[in-house]
Amino acid sequence: MSEQAPVLECRNLCVSYFTRAGEVPAVVDFNLKLMPGEAHGIVGESGCGKSTVALAVMNYMGKNGAIVGGEILFQGRDMRTMSQEELRQIRGSKIAMVYQEPMASLNPSMRIAEQLAEVPQYHEGATQQEALSRAESMLAQVRLPDPKRIMHSFPHQISGGQQQRVVIAMALLSNPSLLLLDEPTTALDVTVEAGIVELIKEIAAKFGTSLIYISHNLGLILETCSRITVMYSGEAVETGSIGDVFETMRHPYTRGLFNSIPVPGADKNARPLVAIRGQLPLPYARPQGCYFGPRCDYFVDGRCNQPSLPMLPVAPGSTHAVRCVRFNEIDWTTARKANGRPPVQRGEVVLDVEDLSKHYVIESGPVALISAKKTVKANEKITFRAHEAETVAIVGESGCGKSTFAKVLIGLEPASAGKVQLGKLQLADVPVQRRDKATISRLQMVFQNPFDTLNPSHTVGGQIGRVIRKFGVESDPKKVEERIDQLLDIVKLPRDFAKRLPRQLSGGQKQRVGIARAFAGNPEMVIADEPVSALDVSVQAAVTGLLMDIQREHRTTLLFISHDLSVVRYLADRIIVMYLGRIMEQGSTEEIFSPPYHPYTEALLSAVPIADASVRKRKIVVTGEIPSPSNPPPGCPFQTRCHYMMPGVCDAILPPLRQFGGDHVIACHLEQEALQKMEPVITVETRSEPADHTASGIAS
Amino acid sequence: MTALEIGVKPALPLHLRVRQPDCLIALILLTWIPLTFYVMFGFYLSDTVRNFVLLPAIPATVALYIVAVVSWRESPVAVIGATLVFFWIFVAVAAPYLPLIDPNKPIAPFAEVGALKKDHWFLLGADFKGRDMLSRDLWGCQRVLVWGITATLVAYAIGAFFGLIAGYLGGWWDQAISLVCNIILSFPVMVLFILILNYLGPSGFNIVIAVTFASAPAIMRIVRGLTLDTKTRDYIFAAQTRGEHPLRIMIFELLPNARGPIIVDACLRLGYTTVAITTLTFLGLGLQPPDPDWGLMIKESAKVAMVWRFSYMLLVPALSVSSLILGFNLLADGLREMSMRD
Amino acid sequence: MLKLLGTRLLQMILIMGIISLILFAIFDSEKFKKQIAVNELGGFAVSALSDQDYQVWLEKKGLNVPFYQRYLNWAGGVARGDFGKSFEKNEPVGSLLAARLLHTGLLAFWVFALMIPLSLTFGIIAGMKEGSAQDRLTSFVAVVTTSLPEIATAIILTVVFALGLHWLPPNAAMVNGWEWQALVLPVLTLVLYDFGYVARMTRASMAEVMHSQYIRTAVLKGLPYRRVILRHALRNALIAPFTIIVLQLNWLLSGVVVVEVFFQYAGFGKLLLDAALYGDIYVIQAATLVAVFVAVLSQIISDVGYTFLNPRIRFA
Repeated sequence: MSEQAPVLECRNLCVSYFTRAGEVPAVVDFNLKLMPGEAHGIVGESGCGKSTVALAVMNYMGKNGAIVGGEILFQGRDMRTMSQEELRQIRGSKIAMVYQEPMASLNPSMRIAEQLAEVPQYHEGATQQEALSRAESMLAQVRLPDPKRIMHSFPHQISGGQQQRVVIAMALLSNPSLLLLDEPTTALDVTVEAGIVELIKEIAAKFGTSLIYISHNLGLILETCSRITVMYSGEAVETGSIGDVFETMRHPYTRGLFNSIPVPGADKNARPLVAIRGQLPLPYARPQGCYFGPRCDYFVDGRCNQPSLPMLPVAPGSTHAVRCVRFNEIDWTTARKANGRPPVQRGEVVLDVEDLSKHYVIESGPVALISAKKTVKANEKITFRAHEAETVAIVGESGCGKSTFAKVLIGLEPASAGKVQLGKLQLADVPVQRRDKATISRLQMVFQNPFDTLNPSHTVGGQIGRVIRKFGVESDPKKVEERIDQLLDIVKLPRDFAKRLPRQLSGGQKQRVGIARAFAGNPEMVIADEPVSALDVSVQAAVTGLLMDIQREHRTTLLFISHDLSVVRYLADRIIVMYLGRIMEQGSTEEIFSPPYHPYTEALLSAVPIADASVRKRKIVVTGEIPSPSNPPPGCPFQTRCHYMMPGVCDAILPPLRQFGGDHVIACHLEQEALQKMEPVITVETRSEPADHTASGIAS
Repeated sequence: MTALEIGVKPALPLHLRVRQPDCLIALILLTWIPLTFYVMFGFYLSDTVRNFVLLPAIPATVALYIVAVVSWRESPVAVIGATLVFFWIFVAVAAPYLPLIDPNKPIAPFAEVGALKKDHWFLLGADFKGRDMLSRDLWGCQRVLVWGITATLVAYAIGAFFGLIAGYLGGWWDQAISLVCNIILSFPVMVLFILILNYLGPSGFNIVIAVTFASAPAIMRIVRGLTLDTKTRDYIFAAQTRGEHPLRIMIFELLPNARGPIIVDACLRLGYTTVAITTLTFLGLGLQPPDPDWGLMIKESAKVAMVWRFSYMLLVPALSVSSLILGFNLLADGLREMSMRD
Repeated sequence: MLKLLGTRLLQMILIMGIISLILFAIFDSEKFKKQIAVNELGGFAVSALSDQDYQVWLEKKGLNVPFYQRYLNWAGGVARGDFGKSFEKNEPVGSLLAARLLHTGLLAFWVFALMIPLSLTFGIIAGMKEGSAQDRLTSFVAVVTTSLPEIATAIILTVVFALGLHWLPPNAAMVNGWEWQALVLPVLTLVLYDFGYVARMTRASMAEVMHSQYIRTAVLKGLPYRRVILRHALRNALIAPFTIIVLQLNWLLSGVVVVEVFFQYAGFGKLLLDAALYGDIYVIQAATLVAVFVAVLSQIISDVGYTFLNPRIRFA
């Protein structure tokens, strides 16, 4: 390795954006050395500057961004000295990029053939004929079915996963020596993501391309890269091989990040997650010295707030380096841990859903009079129960009908058929307008998007107060104010937030207000629709922790809707797995995560990236894309992608419900025995100290 | 500044106090009500009342202008726009107290710019009847401002109401409202104006009706679009899930969040309405003589002033109306630019 | 696509039917009948007219028949291509309207011929580099010209070019036969106003496209700047201006009224205003229908064109 020249080298790179508020440093003192064929991951939360690094390498920062210091050497040449024409020749031929949103990254009014053929035409002067045939064979290499058809399609005519494969094919067409991947799978469903990740690994091996993989997901970096850089607030805080960083992290932020991710070892009762306290500093209000200082447990005044702290090698000559002056003094074996608590005993049945269905009729065709009507079965025969103080999670990918189900429960949409019983009340066909105040206040909701959950025109206190008055909890203005203060205390926000407008709050704080609002009327049951999926991991841990604390205290039933199996595994008591509007499998968390599995659950478990080097996963190949809910396949909805598919059975008849004791139900044509014979998907390697996965790395 | 003492909380310093919503509303009303009253119902008032009714509006206008400049100081475009608009509002409220001679008094026909005739110095000349152009030009802004703003406000109230209903309730409400709007929008605006004003007869109040007919459908479409966009936000679902009445959701939850684009559009529309009033008056369908108005001045001079020497009779009102419209447009541009930055 | 076209045309006929009926009902009032009488016979003659004589006059004009019957007669006539007779000018509305439409059509042709290339070019150039000098200049010129109402532009142009420099005639009445110089000022007035609007819209559309992620993709693919602009940006950036330009037809029908009246150009707009002031029902009726027809047609063209230009809708 030492004889080879690095493909890319960033030396003390500094990038700033120039805004009305002045110069805002986006990346500070960034160093990176990328060898041929190496895959380097850059990980960090939103606003840490990881995407800016990629755009700086491409020398594309818009009119208000500029490299203000350091150098970027590509194959030994400083890119900052290159002319526009030289840059153009490198872009797309030697350095290629794959973007976060494939749909937006492709030109909507050009056929894919032309968008692909451009690359060889303009970089190698290939003839159109030649370029088109190369494009088509590249589409086959990224495993797109029917490349001919895709060549003639417009981007909107193919699915998101296919679009991303097209973008990857476009990047590979000129056989680049460096491929930049900026969150390439964030916009995709987890089973589709798994396919793209597979493809990326394959490509790196086959073409010998060096990769920079940018992601917020540590699990994905673990699966794809050999080295990693962790960034925080514009700075690299830790860099090293995957093994070093995942096993013996030496920066408190990295450590905090790992502690807030729900990995298989975590458990909401025995080993709760530990969130990083405080919040990310704004780019123009960073503290002096270590940017992580104000949130760090090991902060020492006078040392950690000295200006310009350098990256220090962990051991002399080691490639593992951290930006922490105290990494040698901290006792890494005693992690800050939250105390375990006894599990909560569940109570009576609160919610009883039986054969609930929700169908939409959509009119296709331009004229209302002559249109063909089409039925979308968003929910089909949903049956389950939820108890007092229990957390029931509904898991599924996009289009599985989980959010529709929440809307039916809350009364925003009427059910088409079936029964919903909350306590003794029938709810299925009672829209929210016709529910009485008591019913409404018994069932409340926490919404998905923190930026949408609060009305931007009203103060936080006003919005919480409205709920309190509306549900008749209090009516005296003084008492209402007291109650608002009390609720803000519960969600751990300062009381003077009541006077603030939502735009003065961060995403996590808004979501806390959303939780306070949901609990303002003392509900029996709260539906949380992806309440943390839009938040950064460290904030996620804090918000889920809060949600569960309140739930525990009030013995509220929590219906947690999510696409993220890791989170669900951590906090749910029972799990319901949905696919295309139907329940595929339901059971306790234990039962779902161990065999027997529904084939879809099995695939889902295998697809979820886990940020733990000691976890081994069985590879399960899922082909194809999720069918459209308006046009589901006949028979079992999963048959088009299932590798156990039995022709003549699965594609003709709806699968039977197979009971496995307790409430564990699987809807599958496979025989009971065949299901029972399945092997576990996720296995954790035995370790000397299984209790703490971070400490275990050091011990080994 | 008497105006500043209304609706003020003691704790805030003066410059912040004035910018509280209740104080701003008080200032706007203090400017607006006397002016509207003066122009619409001036002939009912006794001379003494007429002489004093506009006095409180002058400090209120100045205060509003200062507040506008301070809050929009980031956008020079908006400040220039506000300056133009407030210049004319100030002239409108201060006209009776400015040292101007009676705009309807014939003195020296065709007195040219700068001429000194019959002991009067004609800074901007005199028109064909010998009336002082400067005085007519400054007084002329009153009617166009009052009727223009009133017409836009009425059109907005009606358009926004229907837009909210069509967007939020959807279904048959939407279908019916949209159909009516489509029919009205099928008319070229001027054709619609001509038909309506011809039917109702030319007058200020009828201009309000005509402008409402012509603008409300377009406003309805804009508000409907904004409503459809806002309707899918989680905070609307939150309001629905706590069982709020649709009317409350529309007015308290939806409308405040659409105010940004609405204010920008309202500024543009004020410009359109000013154009419409001037044009209609020029065509003989709008405001009637003898009181001065820009469109009327153009209409009256169009036949006699087609010579270089007397072209000031046309240029003065044309440039005045253009500066007011430019003010509205720049204001809209500046506000849009500022809203995009946030 | 054909289905869309069919329903839109059907809607148009429906709308025109409703509108003509409403117009007939409105102009049936006693007030308008009197207005026609006053305009034809003079105010003094009408006030001296006995009730009986007035009825005779109404009968002579065919105005005593109930309006729905007149409407049916008229509608039948329209189906045969007969638009009735002008009260004021006493000639068939069809030929009168045709001559005036020809004049206005000529005006409109030159307006579009100048305005489209001008505003698209400047709009695109301004939108390509947001915040650059050319952008600021275009935006400034555009906001000023759109802020000058047609009547003000007409006055300024007339004063400068006709009264001051004597390059062009101050009006377009063309009493001594056709002269092209007379058309310059009306065309320029309309172009100046509309240029600003379309250029601003084009600029906004282009700026939005230049900020889009697929332009970033195109640049980072290493394509030459020319190709990025011409092949990737233009096509997408011109969709919105196209629909806006077609919809300008509707605006033009409003604009021509003022301009034609100011310049005394014998076109459609002047005809409409004169007829409205006179109470010439059949002319108003026909002119309104033409106006609505053009307006709705422009909407249909703009919708269909949008669908055609936008593959996301065409191949939905």
